[in-house]
Amino acid sequence: MKALRGDFLTYATGYGLAMLLTGAAFALVYYHLAAPETAFAAILILGLVQIIVHMRCFLHMSLQRSARADLMLVLFSTLIIAFMVGGTLVIMINLRQRMM
Amino acid sequence: MDNSPLWRLLLGRFVWGDLPMVIAWNHPTVSSLIAAGAAVIAVLGAVAVFGLITYLGKWRYLWSVWFTSLDHKRIGIMYVCLAVVMLSRALIEAALMRLQQDLAVNSPGILTPDHFAQFFTTHGTIMIFFVAMPLLSGLINFAMPLQIGARDVAFPFLNSMGLWLSVAGALLVMISLVIGEFSTGGWSGYPPYTELAFNGGVGPDYWIWALTLSSMSSTITGLNFAVTIYKLRAPGMTWMRLPMFTWTALCTSILMIFAMPPLTVATLLLAADRYLGMHFFTNDGGGDMMNFVNLFWLFGHPEVYILILPAFGVFSEVVSTFSAKALYSYVSLVIATVAIAVLSFTVWLHHFFTMGQAPAVNAFFGIATMLIGIPTGVKIYNWIWTMFRGRVRYTAPMLFSIAFMVTFVVGGLSGIILATPPLDYQVHNTLFLVAHFHNMLIPGTLFGMIAGYQYWFPKAFGFRLEERWGQVAALLWVTGFYLAFMPLYVLGASGVPRRSQELFNPAFQPWLAVALLGVCCIVAGFGALVLQVWSSIAKREQLASPIGDPWNARTLEWSTPSPPPEYNFPVLPQITHLNAFHEKKRHGGAYQPAPRYRDIEMPANSACGLVFGLALCGCCFGLVWHIWWMAILFFLVTLVAGIIRSFRRDLERIIPAAEVEAQDRAWLARVAAATPVTRDLEASPLNEGLALWRE
Amino acid sequence: MARVSEPELIHAGLNLRNHSPAALRRLESDVFGFWVFLMSDALLFALLFAVYGTMLGGAPSADSQFKIGPAFQETWLLLTSSFTYGMVSLSLKLGLRRRWVALWLGVTFCLGAGFIVLEVSDFLDMFAHGATPEASGALSSFFVLVGTHGLHVTSGLIWIVLMAAQMAVYGLDDRVKINLIRLGLFWHFLDVVWVAIFSVVYLRGLLA
Repeated sequence: MKALRGDFLTYATGYGLAMLLTGAAFALVYYHLAAPETAFAAILILGLVQIIVHMRCFLHMSLQRSARADLMLVLFSTLIIAFMVGGTLVIMINLRQRMM
Repeated sequence: MDNSPLWRLLLGRFVWGDLPMVIAWNHPTVSSLIAAGAAVIAVLGAVAVFGLITYLGKWRYLWSVWFTSLDHKRIGIMYVCLAVVMLSRALIEAALMRLQQDLAVNSPGILTPDHFAQFFTTHGTIMIFFVAMPLLSGLINFAMPLQIGARDVAFPFLNSMGLWLSVAGALLVMISLVIGEFSTGGWSGYPPYTELAFNGGVGPDYWIWALTLSSMSSTITGLNFAVTIYKLRAPGMTWMRLPMFTWTALCTSILMIFAMPPLTVATLLLAADRYLGMHFFTNDGGGDMMNFVNLFWLFGHPEVYILILPAFGVFSEVVSTFSAKALYSYVSLVIATVAIAVLSFTVWLHHFFTMGQAPAVNAFFGIATMLIGIPTGVKIYNWIWTMFRGRVRYTAPMLFSIAFMVTFVVGGLSGIILATPPLDYQVHNTLFLVAHFHNMLIPGTLFGMIAGYQYWFPKAFGFRLEERWGQVAALLWVTGFYLAFMPLYVLGASGVPRRSQELFNPAFQPWLAVALLGVCCIVAGFGALVLQVWSSIAKREQLASPIGDPWNARTLEWSTPSPPPEYNFPVLPQITHLNAFHEKKRHGGAYQPAPRYRDIEMPANSACGLVFGLALCGCCFGLVWHIWWMAILFFLVTLVAGIIRSFRRDLERIIPAAEVEAQDRAWLARVAAATPVTRDLEASPLNEGLALWRE
Repeated sequence: MARVSEPELIHAGLNLRNHSPAALRRLESDVFGFWVFLMSDALLFALLFAVYGTMLGGAPSADSQFKIGPAFQETWLLLTSSFTYGMVSLSLKLGLRRRWVALWLGVTFCLGAGFIVLEVSDFLDMFAHGATPEASGALSSFFVLVGTHGLHVTSGLIWIVLMAAQMAVYGLDDRVKINLIRLGLFWHFLDVVWVAIFSVVYLRGLLA
């Protein structure tokens, strides 16, 4: 039963943090709290943190040995996504700058 | 009548004039007659096959033993059959293209430019998606679960779905031969040429949907293989005890999982442009066709390694077996394979060095490309050192492997030339490039797949293939390859653009003639392979090797009877060494009855995969011709079939322990009665598949 | 590596009736296989993001059409539905009766459906202002990116209905449980994608 309370707390914490981080990101835009560039950088960081919160609390990623296979998979996927998205943006933006 | 609203509702944009026979009747030219002839042959071929099966009364057998089977071995064999059928078409197209270029020096030749464009598009599309991919999916399907000591793949039903999605894509390409036309945009289908504004016909749509089906198939197949290798290895099979072919299968699967989504995105965004009027790759409206090129090669480059890695695995197995030695430096081969797999995601830009990005970007990708040469070179040395001082037998698979090692190095060298951006600027879009990638893919993929097919054939069917015809085939393929493609290097360096329907310099003529001769040799080589199967079936009594180990091999698949029972292993083997079966033979642990047999649970047959494939083929056909009711109807069929299957609970059947035990003991009795043969006699009729053990 | 471990399944809330090692191993590979599918799908979204990124700056752009109200409401609905799906998993794990599972599943469905309704009305509003996918490459990429996520949510809703039907027919048998776990992974994954969408698409657009 104790473990179950822990599980509920995990979900509740996850939900609370998610609302908090989302709220912060929207508030930045709604109340014009910062210059656009700073605000966008902050939003990206908040988003990244929120993704990690979701991974941890809802998708139960962890550093425990038993979940290692899933974690390795996610990390490898992140690497490939970084290659592809990063490469695409560098190449296409570079191309646009040279063409326009 | 063709334009009545009812006609358009029922048949979309189809009109009688879309049939090649009608076109040939109205405008009989050589080109249109070839198209009509091909259509007639396709229809007659299909009718003949249907008629023959009906005449022989084999429908029930095909349906219950093959089409609805979820057995990984049978699915693997069906993949290979699909590939052989498609290979025959794509080879004929290759021969006709070479004939056209040979005839068309300062003359129009036999094919019109548009028809010629369809030829190179279908040739490329079929060879990559419906020959190479099914071949490697087939071989991995057949051999990998046996090698890791598993009873089946992780998701047998997805496996069947993957097969039938591939069949659906291939069917769509074949239908395009009879109804309408195929794309003229090349296998890579660059917009804006494949956009609505420039190519409003059905061709690019056939291409889009055939590729979408194929890439869906490859994604789920890769997922299936990867999970199988991750989770279903026999007890004791650690990562460093994985046979080399399985390692390459794992890396290929991972590449499939991550390389197919870019292709799906590219083709579906092109479809969004063509069907919904969006502006991803159009010339106007803020579209950017370079985005397509980028997405396509994000898929396209890993794809090259998807095609080549399994062949590397086959060569590793073949060279080790037919040299009677363990692989030289297994660990370095594993590291090289993984390195190639990761690096293959970092080089895609070398397919479009000339697109216009900064020299620094080109330099980065050029260097990354050259880096891949290092692990590949490591592998070549591994194979050479494996052969060194081994008991090398020049069987057909071994001949293909040796031919590969030499030829692939030549192709690698031309690759280094192309990886240098300034040099690439000189030869890009010429026949030099065509020569290069055929130089990689024919030895690197096709030779590997042929070698693997000949190597595992006795495992699949219980009899060996005739050696003589295999050696003839190897000779013809290798000679044909050099004759057909070395001239293209010369022509390409002289500036002949690829995909040219007509050429204008008589000096090219001799080279084109040699290339034509070469393609004839290759076609003859294909014929020799067909004759090999034919004569082997005729002599199957003499060639029988039912015990299962005809080559005195080292890995686990050879420890089972040929053909293996549905459940592969009566009891799951315990693995203690890298060369699992070799060690067992050495220590007398092979061919022993199990202490205790248990019931085995196997997946029951399912027609759902077949229904999925055919229904999605119908759906895509409807989309191609804008027959919306058909597209919607068949999509719903797919959905309903999936829902029905999700409600089924009787998905397994149990094979009782007694039956397993009886089969195993019957086989062990045959083993006891068989005469072991040495390696010198492995090609003789004495070889029943039991190897004489000698240190 | 070929281990027979349970924690991966236990944390996800599965208590299977037959704890035979073979069955557990198969269930483990079922869940892992779904993870692999999700990663392949994640790459698909990542590429749509990349295309969206390369199309930014085209005109007419989607930026001027964004409204912070609906974007926030949609986000709230989806995040809350992720929490309620967590309650589905928890009910499964507690071994509660099927009506508790059905209740939380129903709540999740309503929240997801609300999200879709809001998104569709938002899209229709944009269409009314002339911001259609045919108008420009920038808008094409916006609608395809956000629309693909919407289609995923819709298929998730269909999946919820199917699971409810299967629960009615079979109760909470092993296959229903394993599919509820996979559905959960799918649903939480769509949330992660949405976080990226509201950060990179909506909030960036509103800043511009």
